[in-house]
Amino acid sequence: MSESIVPLTVAEHAARATPDAVARRIRGLSDRAIAWLFISPTIFLLLAINIFPLVWTIRLSFTNFRANRPNAKILGLGIANYVSVLNDPDVWAAMQSTAHFLFWTILLQTFLGFALAWLVDRRFRGHGFWTTVILVPMMLSPAVVGNFWTFLYQPQIGLWNYAVQFLTGIPAASFSMIGSVKLAPWAIVVVDTWMWTPYVMLICLAGLRSIPGYIYEAAEVDRASPWRKFWTITVPMALPFIMLAVLFRGIENFKMFDMVNLLTNGGPGSTTEVASITLKREAFEKWRTGYSSAFAIILFVTVFGLANIYVKALNRVKNR
Amino acid sequence: MTTLAHSVVEPSGRSKSIAGTLIVVYAVLSMVPLVWIFLTAFKSPPDSIAYPPKVIFQPTMDGYCSLFTTISRQTPEYIASLPPATGVCDKVARARSMVVAGPSNFLPRFVNSLVIAFGSTALSVLLGVMAAYAFSRFPVPGKDDLLFFILSTRMMPPIAVAIPVYLMYRWLGLSDTRSGMILLYTAVNVSLSVWLLKGFIDEIPREYEEAALVDGYTRLQAFRKIVLPQALTGIVATAIFCLIFAWNEYAFAVLLTSGQAQTTPPFIPFIIGEGGQDWPAVAAATTLFLVPILGFTVLLRKNLLRGITFGAVRK
Repeated sequence: MSESIVPLTVAEHAARATPDAVARRIRGLSDRAIAWLFISPTIFLLLAINIFPLVWTIRLSFTNFRANRPNAKILGLGIANYVSVLNDPDVWAAMQSTAHFLFWTILLQTFLGFALAWLVDRRFRGHGFWTTVILVPMMLSPAVVGNFWTFLYQPQIGLWNYAVQFLTGIPAASFSMIGSVKLAPWAIVVVDTWMWTPYVMLICLAGLRSIPGYIYEAAEVDRASPWRKFWTITVPMALPFIMLAVLFRGIENFKMFDMVNLLTNGGPGSTTEVASITLKREAFEKWRTGYSSAFAIILFVTVFGLANIYVKALNRVKNR
Repeated sequence: MTTLAHSVVEPSGRSKSIAGTLIVVYAVLSMVPLVWIFLTAFKSPPDSIAYPPKVIFQPTMDGYCSLFTTISRQTPEYIASLPPATGVCDKVARARSMVVAGPSNFLPRFVNSLVIAFGSTALSVLLGVMAAYAFSRFPVPGKDDLLFFILSTRMMPPIAVAIPVYLMYRWLGLSDTRSGMILLYTAVNVSLSVWLLKGFIDEIPREYEEAALVDGYTRLQAFRKIVLPQALTGIVATAIFCLIFAWNEYAFAVLLTSGQAQTTPPFIPFIIGEGGQDWPAVAAATTLFLVPILGFTVLLRKNLLRGITFGAVRK
């Protein structure tokens, strides 16, 4: 087969790598054609709806374009948008809100999730049923969840405030979870933890169940204390799974938009304005398309970095 | 020891019952918000905002009625001139000296959610199973890079993608159309679909197909008659995951649709009654929207872990 100077598509590479013996056996479409036919629609769709818009965003991020004034003259600004995003105190405030949200949700969910997984792994009667019950919140729509929690958080009439009054004696009408600057950042942490602890639990449970029983038996023979078994066997062996859960939650919560948008919409003021909410305000309320494109690219690069770490961790877990 | 091989590690009866109690307590507590919403849907508007919160109340259909119908205030003379109310919602409206003026926007939004969720699921599973088969069976060069590229499209914050998609859709005339939303959700879901299905197809032994090829099947026939039936469980599980994502999605829906193609999640917060949010109606909408998901969670039980980790963890 002569080498062509025309760059080969992936499918053609695929087809050329197919052993002749296999190729000869097949009538009808060749493997090359099938590989090409089967992969290209997906790649085409992703190029059209993900990559093309991404390239467009990059282009816009160097201009002063405003989507609500499509006929205004578009000026190239160079990297000015990027400079002003990185020097914008609002952006850094948003990053701080995001960091607070990320840190506490991940911390609480990891501890609670691991503890729940450890308890479920005691294999008491009916653990399958109760595990399914616990998993329900994470399957729900974050937007709808955010919306109905505004009802539970109502001062005076809300169930949350009533429960707090019942347990601590603080009057239900004296505080507002989503109206107070001090409490609002915790309001979103509570809802996210309620919703996603089951997710961490499920992954940790897989980790605990992957530990072979003979290791514990060996420890038993050596008369290791339960405490020691927990720290030298259980935790280290489940660690890759815990890390995987943390990375998944990290990436998801870095992008967090829907739940927070409906629960607090970034307020009061901008105390719960996580990165995606700031981005929405810049892009779809102030219509600073060029500026918000630059911000979007910066966020994307950050998430992409996280994603790379995640894929490496994923491969490590897989190869165990 | 002559009993079970792992009897040494079997937890003691006491630790089991303590663990069981704690798990049940957590499960019940975490269900409280959902049960509360379910109950609120059957409350009258004054009961829904009563203090202290009412657990025992007279159930009404007020919430469901104001969700599905629009009502208007009429003069007593006019109401008296009407024939007696027949439907449940007619009676509810008359009790408040109003009449049912027509259906609300909820049902069309719910139908939009169904059409967009099922449409995008069908497309992403179709594309996914094809690409996954090719990735699984043919030695595609740069396979890992391509698979990572497919996955990385899922990592973008939705708002970042929404800016150019908004401009592109405006230009193509796809803004606020169901087909636009179906395409968009397909593009988001196809990454999950390819990754999950590749895992499922990898698990089907190649020998089955090779035997079929020797028997004179073409590659496509082997794919259709051997691989697809074997992968059916995986395809169903993948479809349910895609369905749940599309059903639950909010960010694109709120930014790219406003009327025609609007789905349920951006609609629910705007269910307004007289003087603020009509909580029973919001609760009714939330209940109807969440109930299908409960069913799917039970169906997915065995493959849940795989789905939420993009196939990274298998049981």
